[in-house]
Amino acid sequence: MELLIIQTLNSLFYASILFLIACGLTLVYGVMRIVNMAHGNIYAVGAYVAAWTVGLAVAAKFPPAALFFVLLSGAGAAALLGAVLEPTLLRPLYKRAEEYQLLITFGLLLILEDLMRLLWGAHPLTASELPDAFGSFRVAGATYPGYNLFVIAVGIVAAGALWAFVYRTRFGVILRATAQDMRMAAALGVDVKRVYVLAFAIGCFMAGLGGAVVMPISGAVLGMGVDALILAFVVVVIGGLGSLEGALVGALIVGAVRTLGITYFAEIELAVLYLIAAVVLFVRPTGLFGRA
Amino acid sequence: MTLLAIDRITKAFGDNVAVDAVSLTIERGGVVGLIGSNGAGKTTLVNLVSGLFRADSGSVTFEGRDITHLSVNERIRAGIARSFQLVNLFDQMSVLDNVALTVFAREGKTGDMLRPAEADGAVRDEALAVLRQFGVHAKAETPASELAQGERKLLDVAVACALRPRLLFLDEPTSGVSTREKAPIMDIVTSIVRSGGITAVIIEHDMDVVFRYSDRIVAMHQGRILADGTPDEIRANDEVTTTLLGEHVHQ
Amino acid sequence: MNARVSFGPLALAAWQLWGSAAVVLVLGCLPWLIDPFQTLQISYGLIFGIAALGFNLLLGYTGLLSFGHAAFFGTGAYAAALALKYLGVKSMELYLVGGVGASLLLGVIMGAVCVRYTRIFFAILALALSQVVWSLALKFFWVSGGTDGLRLPTPTLLGGLVTPAADKTAFLAFQYYYYVLVVFVVAVAAMWLMVRSPFGKALQAIRDNEVRAEFVGVRVRRYRFIAFVASAGFTGLAGTLWVPLNGLTTPDILYWPFSGKIVFMAVLGGFKTFLGPIVGAFAYNYLETFAVGYTIYWQLLLGVVLVVLVLAIPDGLVGTAIKLARRFRKAS
Repeated sequence: MELLIIQTLNSLFYASILFLIACGLTLVYGVMRIVNMAHGNIYAVGAYVAAWTVGLAVAAKFPPAALFFVLLSGAGAAALLGAVLEPTLLRPLYKRAEEYQLLITFGLLLILEDLMRLLWGAHPLTASELPDAFGSFRVAGATYPGYNLFVIAVGIVAAGALWAFVYRTRFGVILRATAQDMRMAAALGVDVKRVYVLAFAIGCFMAGLGGAVVMPISGAVLGMGVDALILAFVVVVIGGLGSLEGALVGALIVGAVRTLGITYFAEIELAVLYLIAAVVLFVRPTGLFGRA
Repeated sequence: MTLLAIDRITKAFGDNVAVDAVSLTIERGGVVGLIGSNGAGKTTLVNLVSGLFRADSGSVTFEGRDITHLSVNERIRAGIARSFQLVNLFDQMSVLDNVALTVFAREGKTGDMLRPAEADGAVRDEALAVLRQFGVHAKAETPASELAQGERKLLDVAVACALRPRLLFLDEPTSGVSTREKAPIMDIVTSIVRSGGITAVIIEHDMDVVFRYSDRIVAMHQGRILADGTPDEIRANDEVTTTLLGEHVHQ
Repeated sequence: MNARVSFGPLALAAWQLWGSAAVVLVLGCLPWLIDPFQTLQISYGLIFGIAALGFNLLLGYTGLLSFGHAAFFGTGAYAAALALKYLGVKSMELYLVGGVGASLLLGVIMGAVCVRYTRIFFAILALALSQVVWSLALKFFWVSGGTDGLRLPTPTLLGGLVTPAADKTAFLAFQYYYYVLVVFVVAVAAMWLMVRSPFGKALQAIRDNEVRAEFVGVRVRRYRFIAFVASAGFTGLAGTLWVPLNGLTTPDILYWPFSGKIVFMAVLGGFKTFLGPIVGAFAYNYLETFAVGYTIYWQLLLGVVLVVLVLAIPDGLVGTAIKLARRFRKAS
């Protein structure tokens, strides 16, 4: 029973991180029809900036409680980066064949990878003060790290906030209208350029947040972005490219498979994941919640 | 023999019934004009017969054979071809290659990976002949994207004709073309169609074109056939005139 | 109208025939003119040229961008290494058979899934599936050697007629170089034939307008599948040729950024031309070698090059050169 609780919580923990990365990817695709190959590196930038600012805060003797606000700086930096990148690198390519965005964002991946190395060096950064500060909690008879629970909470709050934003705010309506029919929205007076920058920035914010909250556990490591992108792709392939519900469900599925996999079938856990993706694609070619 | 028999064919997209239990027979030979306002179901009907869409119900029989469930490929092999309203060409390929590729496909030669396409003199000659018929052979080596709009429209029809179909659907062959270019294009198309023994169904919005070149006119409205007859009969049909033609009836 | 003079079975214009012969002749003389290190660089260029050209069968000619070709290159490489490890095979010909065969098989498996999709989804799916191969290579480390990889000493060529001498570098710079050159010429000729054939025209039609292609009777999905498998085979061939040169195969060449490199090569040279990918492969190889020697932030350098490439000269080196030549000819 105790094991089951821990497995469930681990799945949720993992799913939270995956959701944060994948929802950004899928949101950007849904609104702009862009797939950002450097999305994983934006996640990594979030981790690195967060590690750096937390390091500064710890040196400045911030209380541990304040540290998790400092974490948000990672998300903020990622959003800022996105707001700069979209108009400079992506906007020139909207009129061209969509494959060019894959190429330019792959170039961006290479650039960001080395920029992080340049700024922060080859050694991983971490912030173990944070998990230590959270301690452990007893959940239904099992002992579980408080920080992980915090991450799950962040995931839930982020999912809720994003959902509310997209479905309950005026800007969300504009976002969805632009996603459905960009030309129509423009004809109706929507400033599509502004919508695109904001959508991209939000997507990057989410990814950066994912990187920031996972950093105290796994550290900020070179190459984490490249690894994360693959999992993000599996999530959106299963969930459907462009669907937020799909990102959520996909993240839960991948999180669960990964957690169970690590414990019970470590050798083939990735293969099982791809098998599930293949089955989903076979039954519903656009993913569970995807549109054609 | 009846070339094409459509029996109560229906196609709905959600709540919108684009084609509503339409029945129509087309005999061999001649040009049939298919008219109707936007949304009348003309293009959907053509899409159903050519195989782009599957009918919800009803059947399509071509030369006595039930083709309702055949794939696009099979219908082409049976002898049905179409051109497109928005010009649909292989833009990066040369004008010659557009037609040559069609001939290769028709002859089942596209599986050949080992010989240069240029080496097949028979295909090349036939392709050039088709281009000559349509008056675009001077630009044979030009990429299709560099042709003028009128020439692109002709090429679009040429590609469909290169399939040697017995039934040819032309979806707005003169749309987007200047008025003085329309007659030359239609003259070429109809003469090729008639001399080649091809039965043509032409969707058109330009009533001058329709009345001048059709042997028979079928008028559609809101997914159903409104009227069906010779150009004179249609012109005299009050329902058609008020619904579709407004005041633009020409002698 | 230009007269198309078909020269023999390859349908080359006269200048193309003599130009190619001249290039091959120069390449043939190189080992005697330049030092072994430079010759090895040329070898790498030829090998990556085959890989990039094979990749471009899909992109330039069929209109499908695959970010998963590392899987085929790596399969070709590992097939040779595994043949040595488990079967004691030392013959290059057997390596080639095994490598190409394994890549074709993988191409069939991946292709069956991927060609049901197009454009972005196709690219992502190819990437994701190629990662399965990578993860298998890592997980089954007792087979694949894990991150250490597998070694492959120099093989015997021509069924044992040419055996590696004691001086490995000399062997690689001469005998093996000529071997690679011959395979390169044959592979390029085969792909040239393929793209000039009716099949190649059908692929281009699919690339330009898949709806119309369907409507002239081309079986779009089937041909995409065939193109995919052929592309896999040629890229795998390159991978097999690569291992003896590198001496070692590691999971790096199965990891998806390596697929990105292959894409980079084709785009750098110009993916809308036949020769572009070959030029791009050479250029990329030199660029990377220079960059790695120049700074530890060589990925940054390459990334900037790619970004500039996409923004400013999307037609690549060869494509842009052709455009400029055409403009020059029109002006004069």
